[in-house]
Amino acid sequence: MMEVENLTKSYGETIVVDNVSLSIEKGKLTACIGPNGAGKSTLLEMISRLISQDTGQIYIDGNEVKTWKRGEFAKRLSVLKQTNQMNVRLTVRELVSFGRFPYTKGRLNAHCHEVIDNSLNYLGLIDLQKRYIDTLSGGQLQRALIAMVLCQDTDYILLDEPLNNLDMSFGVQMMSTLRRLVDELGKTVITVVHDINFAASYADNIIAMKDGKLFASGSTDDMITKSVLDDLYGMDVEIIESKGTKYCLYYT
Amino acid sequence: MKRTKNNLIFVMLMSSIILFVYLYLTVNTRGHFAFAFRLRSQRIIPFFLVGFSSTVATIVFQTMTQNVILTPNIIGLDSLYILLQTVVFFFFGLNHILVTNHHVNFIVSLLLMIGGSMGLFWLFFKKYPGKIYLMLMTGLILGTFFSSFTNFLQVLIDPNDFESLFARTIASFNRVDVTLVTISLVITIPILFYLFKQSATLDILHLGRAYALSLGIQVDQYFLKLFILVSVLTAVSTALVGPVSFLGFIGANISYRLFKTYRHSILFLGGSLISVFFILSGQMLVEHVFKLQTTLGVIIQFAGGIYFLIILLKERTN
Repeated sequence: MMEVENLTKSYGETIVVDNVSLSIEKGKLTACIGPNGAGKSTLLEMISRLISQDTGQIYIDGNEVKTWKRGEFAKRLSVLKQTNQMNVRLTVRELVSFGRFPYTKGRLNAHCHEVIDNSLNYLGLIDLQKRYIDTLSGGQLQRALIAMVLCQDTDYILLDEPLNNLDMSFGVQMMSTLRRLVDELGKTVITVVHDINFAASYADNIIAMKDGKLFASGSTDDMITKSVLDDLYGMDVEIIESKGTKYCLYYT
Repeated sequence: MKRTKNNLIFVMLMSSIILFVYLYLTVNTRGHFAFAFRLRSQRIIPFFLVGFSSTVATIVFQTMTQNVILTPNIIGLDSLYILLQTVVFFFFGLNHILVTNHHVNFIVSLLLMIGGSMGLFWLFFKKYPGKIYLMLMTGLILGTFFSSFTNFLQVLIDPNDFESLFARTIASFNRVDVTLVTISLVITIPILFYLFKQSATLDILHLGRAYALSLGIQVDQYFLKLFILVSVLTAVSTALVGPVSFLGFIGANISYRLFKTYRHSILFLGGSLISVFFILSGQMLVEHVFKLQTTLGVIIQFAGGIYFLIILLKERTN
């Protein structure tokens, strides 16, 4: 269980995240949606302690995150940022093994190699493990980064727009991987998603942000409704249902 | 396969260094072996000290800034050093204690450089945190200001004074005061040891700030600590032999190309050995080919400058 209370962040005069309070269910896939500039990424960065908040508290399993040393925190929560080009010459396996750093500070033991093998295997990267990451496609690199995060072995995994630059098939692959992390490994995954149809199809819960404020939050079924989405995006969104899943049509 | 290849490079580097140390100590002694040996063997430790300090400092600095063409001297430490020497000559003359007493000069130079960089770090870590490039720019501008001011003073200085001042502003192992080596070792060895031990953590910095934070590194505090250690290492080398900015640059960049790894433990050792090798061969050139008519600093700037241009051109085409 993660709870956020009265979280605020401003840069100069601009309030980016404005007094946001919410709670995130453990063991679920939560998607964070909203228009550009709504403060989704900033919220995610504050929760993962990449930046500090101006005011407010974040509790994970009842403990304020600031009370953890960063090294300990890294064993509880991991974060995957929007992939930027990494210009370091690493093989996939070396990249993934960095995920063990919070535990071993760089000295890999037998248990680490086991975890690394499992993570590589889990994301279907065994054949690619000796490849250099600068030779990978966008989708493969995303998978390698997920494997690194998985190696970090944290209960909470936060992702900032993991679908960026991925085509439909890789997007589906990525979301099903996140789904498996939740269903099979019991992880709590929070991800920023731009395409609401991905959120509608894969997420358990949805958080909607608008203008720095929490717009609405709830189960996917409650959130994917015309009344919520019309207001959130300021568009006319049509919702259709097929085989028990809702889809949003917004191409007018 | 990569590992055996790297091991082979290490073996070759080490053996050529041992060979060159032997040659340096024994070649061309003109029948006064004992005398030459005593004189020359004193310089071996400074060779290693400067080679290791400047290379390790440069590699750490380049990892932090994620830029392989920067050196720690961009924040203007060498200009500050030259300015101090010039100011002393200009205002106090040749007989001042800062000129005559190497110890005093060493300590004052060291304190000034460390103090200056601390001031810069304090400003940018406490007042304007997270703006590393702005900090480097500020250092660059200050450095340029120092050298312009130095130039101004040097134009006015007595030509005889200038002659002896000039000798001090160019890196040279010919005038290393052996008694200062001990102090330098006491300062640099613990820092070098610490940085070697930090190799694995430094490796993580390659992934960038966000991932380093996510993997549990207190990036801001860690950067401040690293910047301080890097500037102390640079300051010690500079105060001991003079400005050697290009030396670390050469060692670091050749080691990146030679070892093709991100691992700092390998790069540190390999790069430092390359620098030591470079110093040894350069110093032999100075002593036996140029007959002490030039200094190692000139050779380093010459070779380093050419190498720097090659790398710049290469980076541009990539």
